[in-house]
Amino acid sequence: MKTVIFLLFFLVTPALAIQPDEILEDKVLEERARVISKELRCLVCQNQSIDDSDAPLAKDLRVLVRERLQAGESDEKVIEFVADRYGDFVLLRPPVKASTLTLWISPIVILIVGVIFLLMRFRKQEKNMPVKVPPLSSEETKKLEAALGEDKR
Amino acid sequence: MFKRITFLPLTIVFAVSVLFAIYLWQIGPGGKDISTLPSAMIDKPVPEFDLAPIEGRKLGLKSGDLKSGLSLVNVWASWCPPCRVEHPFLMELAEKGVTIYGINYRDKPADALRFLRNLGDPYKRIGADTTGRVSIEWGIYGYPETFLVDQTGRIRYRHVGPISSEVIENVFDSLMEKISKK
Amino acid sequence: MTPEIGHYAAALALVFSMAQGVIPLWGAHKNNPLLMNVAVVTARFQFILVLLAFICLILSFVASDFSVALVAQNSHTLKPLIYKISGVWGNHEGSMLLWILILAFFGLLVGEFGNNLPPSLRARVLSIQGLIGAGFIAFLLFTSNPFIRLDPPPLQGSGLNPLLQDPGLAFHPPFLYLGYVGFSMAFSFAIAALIEGRVDPAWARWVRPWTLVAWTSLTIGIALGSWWAYYELGWGGWWFWDPVENASFLPWLLGTALLHSALVLEKRDTLKSWTILLSILAFGASLLGTFLVRSGVLTSVHTFATDPERGVFILLLFLIVLGGGLLLYAIRAQSLKVGGLFAPISREGALILNNLFLATSFAVVLLGTLYPLLLDAFGAGKVSVGAPFFNATFVPLMVPLLIACPIGAKMAWKRGDLSGALSRLKAAFAASLVVIIFSMLLDENRSLLAAGSLGIAAWLMIGITLDFLEKIGLPKRSAGEVFRRFVNLPRSVWGAATAHFALGVMVAGITVSSVWQVERIQIMRPGDKVEIGGYTVLFEGAGQVDGPNYTALQGSFSVFRGTDKVTVLLPEKRSYPAENSSTTEAAIHTNLYSDLYIVLGDTDQKGGWATRIYFNPLVPWIWVGAILMAAGGAVSLTDRRLRVGAPRRAVHTENSAIPQEH
Repeated sequence: MKTVIFLLFFLVTPALAIQPDEILEDKVLEERARVISKELRCLVCQNQSIDDSDAPLAKDLRVLVRERLQAGESDEKVIEFVADRYGDFVLLRPPVKASTLTLWISPIVILIVGVIFLLMRFRKQEKNMPVKVPPLSSEETKKLEAALGEDKR
Repeated sequence: MFKRITFLPLTIVFAVSVLFAIYLWQIGPGGKDISTLPSAMIDKPVPEFDLAPIEGRKLGLKSGDLKSGLSLVNVWASWCPPCRVEHPFLMELAEKGVTIYGINYRDKPADALRFLRNLGDPYKRIGADTTGRVSIEWGIYGYPETFLVDQTGRIRYRHVGPISSEVIENVFDSLMEKISKK
Repeated sequence: MTPEIGHYAAALALVFSMAQGVIPLWGAHKNNPLLMNVAVVTARFQFILVLLAFICLILSFVASDFSVALVAQNSHTLKPLIYKISGVWGNHEGSMLLWILILAFFGLLVGEFGNNLPPSLRARVLSIQGLIGAGFIAFLLFTSNPFIRLDPPPLQGSGLNPLLQDPGLAFHPPFLYLGYVGFSMAFSFAIAALIEGRVDPAWARWVRPWTLVAWTSLTIGIALGSWWAYYELGWGGWWFWDPVENASFLPWLLGTALLHSALVLEKRDTLKSWTILLSILAFGASLLGTFLVRSGVLTSVHTFATDPERGVFILLLFLIVLGGGLLLYAIRAQSLKVGGLFAPISREGALILNNLFLATSFAVVLLGTLYPLLLDAFGAGKVSVGAPFFNATFVPLMVPLLIACPIGAKMAWKRGDLSGALSRLKAAFAASLVVIIFSMLLDENRSLLAAGSLGIAAWLMIGITLDFLEKIGLPKRSAGEVFRRFVNLPRSVWGAATAHFALGVMVAGITVSSVWQVERIQIMRPGDKVEIGGYTVLFEGAGQVDGPNYTALQGSFSVFRGTDKVTVLLPEKRSYPAENSSTTEAAIHTNLYSDLYIVLGDTDQKGGWATRIYFNPLVPWIWVGAILMAAGGAVSLTDRRLRVGAPRRAVHTENSAIPQEH
């Protein structure tokens, strides 16, 4: 149902997204435009990129992106141009700044904290286990397997 | 320390719940509308643009026009129902002497002219944004939108959606008073 | 009369659920068998009553009784019967009733088939289920009553959103709810175990079937939703990292972690506290999703329940259920006996690694989903966290998990042999290297990312296959011996191998379809041809066709491979007058290796039509993978050790559990 509801309200008109007349002749520029379009949020349809939306504003933005690329601007400049006018909300990849730092560093921090926690747990356990049993060597394993034969496996 | 750690999940869930409660309260009745976006253009000069008039009218709109005094810039279209809803309030403001400029977004000239003929014309000048390009320069995403521009040509406020008497009383009146005093 | 019966039944079910929430718990505390057995009876009555209420609602929908507000808002006389029925859960109130029905159904199952559980445990589990049920029935009756009447009734209903009038979506919610609600069983078992202060391998084995049912259903539910998005939304996407999708993915991630950690608990009698925590949190994540979607915090204008009262009520439920569970955990988990020792290089070590990455990715998806809300609540600005963020964070977290998967599967419990495992996977390693090199050579973009992830897919599929072959004795053993092992291999081994293999299938599908998709967007006139992916697509024309409750513009495309006509594809643009909206029906030709996907766009009024034609290589593997994965879960469910009556705490000793697998 969750998926249902989201699609239900945001995509009320099934999108046809990019139209034939918008596509650039220059394949490299067009490819760049597609990549940029996937990074920009369609503001009126809430949760789609402008590449996926057929809202008029999304179309205007797609055309704008292509025009600026044709004028020779870099990808970053084009994205910056749109973000300057619409704010960070238009960026599907939140920019790294003070307010989003937590978001960006948390994956690695959580992972590291998890690893440290596990290591500490393990060391604590080692302390409680004075005798270390070395793992079986491959030869020993073979012997063991032979001895156990059919029953074990 | 391993004993205390069992309280961590509870603490996090509790904190998140408090946050949700705050947020529910913020967006509750009479609260903020979470679909409204703040404008990235606040306190920036109006973008450079030069729009031709709607076919059949004389005065177009360009950025230079907005530097001659405190004004409202209203983005509208004849096909947009909320624009009809807010129109009487724009008329009221114009009668009170507020300067209102219009940006007519992606409209058919005949429709736009009929709209003005039937409902009245509060606008000092109207630029016809036939391609939607200038609207992007302003960072417009919904219709109608109304900007408050001060005498130096800086954008001071944006209202998304139809304006109403509450919006005029609670926001525009006090803002305009504050800005014109300076 | 029917809705009143339903309303009355639901109200009575509330009384029974409250009785179930209190009496057996007290009975277990006093060790009174009579009071404990009340649970079985109340669970039975609760289910019958909720079922009655649900049937009443279905009857109202089928009869198009527009005097019932919910029917008037969500149905229409012209709608086909199946969508009249699926319309019951295509809205907030009806879907809540379905939620409660499934909850009651799980309660019934424990009551009727839980004879192998110790009476006190069963009583406590059913009590917790009763309490949860009481909370949700109260929520239904007080804030979301589906049986409210309209006076005067409208002559016609306003219909169901056409996007929901689709076979894929008719069954998507029931499976999702089976998943969400299924995790309530793990939750109740965890709470009961905390109350009893006893968590041991037997407990893990009792919870396992419920977790498997929940996880399998959720897998199917998510896959159905994503499949539907793929064919219905018209641009070939199938996962968007939307908050609402994430809401269903979060419990899945924790449920997957739980399936793995419970194994460690079962075989090694350790990881108790963590497994209990996961059991609580998996259901917590389900409740969180319910809150996010139904409270209006995600997007107030667009969501289901704009009524803030509902948001507050669900938040309270969330806080009481999850907060209460975690408080009990905080107090009691410390007293759980720290389990057996474990070595880092071992099966259990690998499973802990699995849990580390799954839990981290859960945290990342959770944070990404909540972050915009968090910033907004603090007034720190509006941001969007979309697909680019999740692709940049979630995907790297999956890489080590996927690489480690076949190695972990090869390790023995207690003390594994890393170099031994690796050396037995040499062939898989070599094969994936070949795949990487080939895809680098064949791909004109020389995408290392794509090649690498294809390599991982091959590594998974081949590694898991090798492990499976080794387990049945190939190639060393005689044919008879291999056959004997093949037949006698525990079902759980079959299940795990299938699900892990499916993961590789899915990774391959995701990679190839996203990297090598071919797209053609153009204006076509009748007679125009487009060459794509080895097919020639000939546009024959477009015209109007009528459906039961819609009219459609239908395009006709003949598809050729060389000179052979393969098929005719008929994509449609439908408009539904009753609901005043339209849908796009893509036409798809699939051969399990690739999809030819055609969408009809608008006409240019000069005889031309905008068309979008996609060649999506390997995209079917995504859903084949999902089906295999769910099948793995289902096969695992039939394992002998999970059978009713098989596991008894008294019978087994700690070590008897270990040799069963491997």
